[in-house]
Amino acid sequence: MRYLPLTPEDRAAMLNTIGAASVDDFYEDVPESARLTGTIHDLPDHQGELAVERHLARLAAKNTTASEVPFFVGAGAYKHHVPASVDMIIQRSEFLTTYTPYQPEIAQGTLQTLFEFQTQVAAMTAMDVANASMYDGSTACAEAAVMACRVTRRKKVVLSGGLHPHYAAATRLLCEAQGIEVVQLEPAVDGELELAKHVDDGTACVIGQSPNVFGTVTDLSPVADAAHEKKALLVSVFTEAVSLGLVTPPGEMGADIAVGEGQSIGNPLTFGGPYVGLFACTQKLVRQMPGRLCGETVDADGKRGFVLTLSTREQHIRRDKATSNICTNSGLCALAFTAHMTLLGGKGLEQLATLNHEIACDLADALEAVPGVEILTPRFFNEFAFRTPVDAEAVLAMLEERGVLGGIRASRLLPDDGFGDIIIAAATECTTQDDIAAYAAALKEVI
Amino acid sequence: MGMQSIGRPTSPFPAGVSDAETVSGSKGLLQNEGLIFEIGCPNKTGVDLPAPEGKKNRLGGVARKQGSGLPGLSEPEAVRHYMRLSQKNYAIDLGLFPLGSCTMKHNPRLNEKTARMPGFADIHPLQPQRTVQGALELIDELATWLKTLTGMPAVAMSPKAGAHGELCGMLAIRQALIARGEAETRKRVLVPASAHGTNPATAIQCGFIVDEIKADARGRVDMDDLKSKLETTDDVAGIMLTNPNTCGLFETDIKEIAELIHAAGGYFYCDGANFNAIQGRVRPGDLGVDAMHINLHKTFSTPHGGGGPGSGPTVLSDALAPFAPVPFVVNDDDGFRLIEETDGAASQAFGRMVAFHGQMGMFVRALTYMLSHGADGLKQVAEDAVLNANYIQARLKHVMTPAFDGYCMHEALFSDAFTAEGIETIDIAKAMLDEGYHPMTMYFPLVVHGAMLIEPTETESKQELDRFCDSLLSIAERAAAGDETLKGAPYLAPMKRLDETQAARKPVLKWTAPDPDALAAE
Repeated sequence: MRYLPLTPEDRAAMLNTIGAASVDDFYEDVPESARLTGTIHDLPDHQGELAVERHLARLAAKNTTASEVPFFVGAGAYKHHVPASVDMIIQRSEFLTTYTPYQPEIAQGTLQTLFEFQTQVAAMTAMDVANASMYDGSTACAEAAVMACRVTRRKKVVLSGGLHPHYAAATRLLCEAQGIEVVQLEPAVDGELELAKHVDDGTACVIGQSPNVFGTVTDLSPVADAAHEKKALLVSVFTEAVSLGLVTPPGEMGADIAVGEGQSIGNPLTFGGPYVGLFACTQKLVRQMPGRLCGETVDADGKRGFVLTLSTREQHIRRDKATSNICTNSGLCALAFTAHMTLLGGKGLEQLATLNHEIACDLADALEAVPGVEILTPRFFNEFAFRTPVDAEAVLAMLEERGVLGGIRASRLLPDDGFGDIIIAAATECTTQDDIAAYAAALKEVI
Repeated sequence: MGMQSIGRPTSPFPAGVSDAETVSGSKGLLQNEGLIFEIGCPNKTGVDLPAPEGKKNRLGGVARKQGSGLPGLSEPEAVRHYMRLSQKNYAIDLGLFPLGSCTMKHNPRLNEKTARMPGFADIHPLQPQRTVQGALELIDELATWLKTLTGMPAVAMSPKAGAHGELCGMLAIRQALIARGEAETRKRVLVPASAHGTNPATAIQCGFIVDEIKADARGRVDMDDLKSKLETTDDVAGIMLTNPNTCGLFETDIKEIAELIHAAGGYFYCDGANFNAIQGRVRPGDLGVDAMHINLHKTFSTPHGGGGPGSGPTVLSDALAPFAPVPFVVNDDDGFRLIEETDGAASQAFGRMVAFHGQMGMFVRALTYMLSHGADGLKQVAEDAVLNANYIQARLKHVMTPAFDGYCMHEALFSDAFTAEGIETIDIAKAMLDEGYHPMTMYFPLVVHGAMLIEPTETESKQELDRFCDSLLSIAERAAAGDETLKGAPYLAPMKRLDETQAARKPVLKWTAPDPDALAAE
């Protein structure tokens, strides 16, 4: 077997050194009734590379990729271009096959990239500090909610009607398990500012999203003011990190905690994961943050270096008193993010964001010109919701027959809220004018 | 751990040679490399994009006021930056990475190739399910492997990592207690003192309280202590137990533990971090387990990536299966389908843990690995992993102190009893850096003084194990003899010991531009 270096002779020699008759000796602590003999039934035996690759290729071929059709699906994951060098960098063995940098003397490569990542995320979100990443945006959002409760010693969080429903669900789950009350506002295309009306003295935080799940961008400053007046926190969420190049970032709106999905930068779609959660906050809250943090220090010679720090917040030290149970983060996806950001730079990000916005405007113009289409999102970045005169599921199915993946029906995310005629569509730098023309033409045919 | 080098020899080499300063700051092949903020420039970019037209705007004024000011690099500079940094990392592809409890095995490159097939990497989680039948079939196929290997009837695929899988299992237990109307009374979760820190942290996240159980002299659960904790049973929610445990030992009384917990009305959560040792030899389903996460990034070879991403599918017993979170894949007349809402087929589901459907990129890698090994190969994996660990234990035990008698499973645990006064586990670990090895897990599990936990995995050759043992034995002998030079190690790593106390006291968590006034004053 190609991944196993021991030869039968090695095994015999090693057993001899150990003084064991066979490997069965090592399993004698297993209760006899639970010992398996022979190999497990119902599973195939080993195969060579060629056979395995063919098996996987056969499965892969059954899927329609985002690159082979006009593609407008977003709602929390976005089809962007990833530079070739980014994928090459994350496949360097020294990054790919190393562990969490607990031995800083031989992990400065990983640590320095994390320090650079934290600096980039803090600058992009306009927040004071960022951690070394979370699993994804939705779990970052849930962790932000429980962190706000720790900070304020209150037990109520309020979710906007534009918060991505998966984020809301993940947040509700973690909060309810901890006895935290969750107030969910009615789903609304343009309702983020409603949060300001739902803060009281018992509120730990309000959670708003911009751009929200319907694509609406909102300056949450009035919500921040209302929250702060009651000594509550504003958690500001984004699912499209490229928007940070153009849209008012959380820090400019007075957010206390900013969380979001970083997939758009450096990471492919991969059917939903692995992605990279971004988590930033004000300096004041840093010791209540979940997840790993990388900090600067010096070595015994006084040379600058980096270490994981403030680990007294974490589970491996604090156990039942930790700020979170998180151990693994999204190291390699964070590396992809930071490498892509290093290539872009601030100017490149701004340009990429502007390009996304203009292409989305082109898409909106083209769809708006189709009789019966009504754009619902009043202000958007690269994604918007529109109403069709017929059922959205049927429209999308007919578009699919014409080779266009035209977005997501809102009812897939919000099945009970009467959004059956609403489609959420996204455009990025990958969207061509031909794609847009094809969408508009197909839509005209089906409605 | 601020290392004061004054008064101690700082180098075993002639003065001036190893500490030679160069003009560039580099040392031979090891290149000095600044932060991107020091070498990059805000007007530079390594990405060519079409210029925006500047004509259309539908932001409604919700526009960023201040640019991020972040620097960019051209592609050659960026590639070189990351290459230079990569040289400062240790990695499995460089050598044995014996971190106990972490299962740092070889990451096959075929896995990377298949995960990058556009049919997996370039598909969106919310595109129509008719267009992702191959992806759903892959999830279903992987689920079948996991259920078969563990002998469990159900698996939740969406947890993002091991600790997230723990959360999944404990939330399923909580939901089962809610269904029984006992969620408010059954709050106590038993957790051995040797457990991973994630176990108690997870229990607390789920609203439980933690009751610690002792280890016995054999490194297993102290059955007397366990039984005394079960004298009252109506407040017991369950137990979280790692098996093989964090001492690298199989819990001999595991079936009795399961029976006691079940008799008390609780559930058995098994931390599956160490499944690599037993796959193909034992099925957790035959031991009375109700829930167990599987770290695809340990047992099934998906890369650790410098700290993730992981993936933690969680197998569930019949008692907990109805409460599994959404989404999950079903296969019926319409082909493969995702159940995404907590109604109908999922009316008892405890909810949704995460956006979308789990770590697909890791699923592809793990299934590629499983198909490569097959049922026969995975059993051989477990046996070789256990053989390698026992070989290390046998070769080291004459100098180092095994924490417990007898054979180990996939990892060998030693205490620091053999070291001379003043020499600590960390000194041995740091000396290993000079020998070109990543150290073992240190100071864990907590139940062993100065613990050193060594897990070689099955992907090491006998020659590599011998080389490693020779190195560690020489260090251990120096530690036993009280060799003070160990306190200054490492001497040959890219950095000397780093001052972690200073890092925590005044945290510097991002780069800030130097103050121009201060620069001018210099």
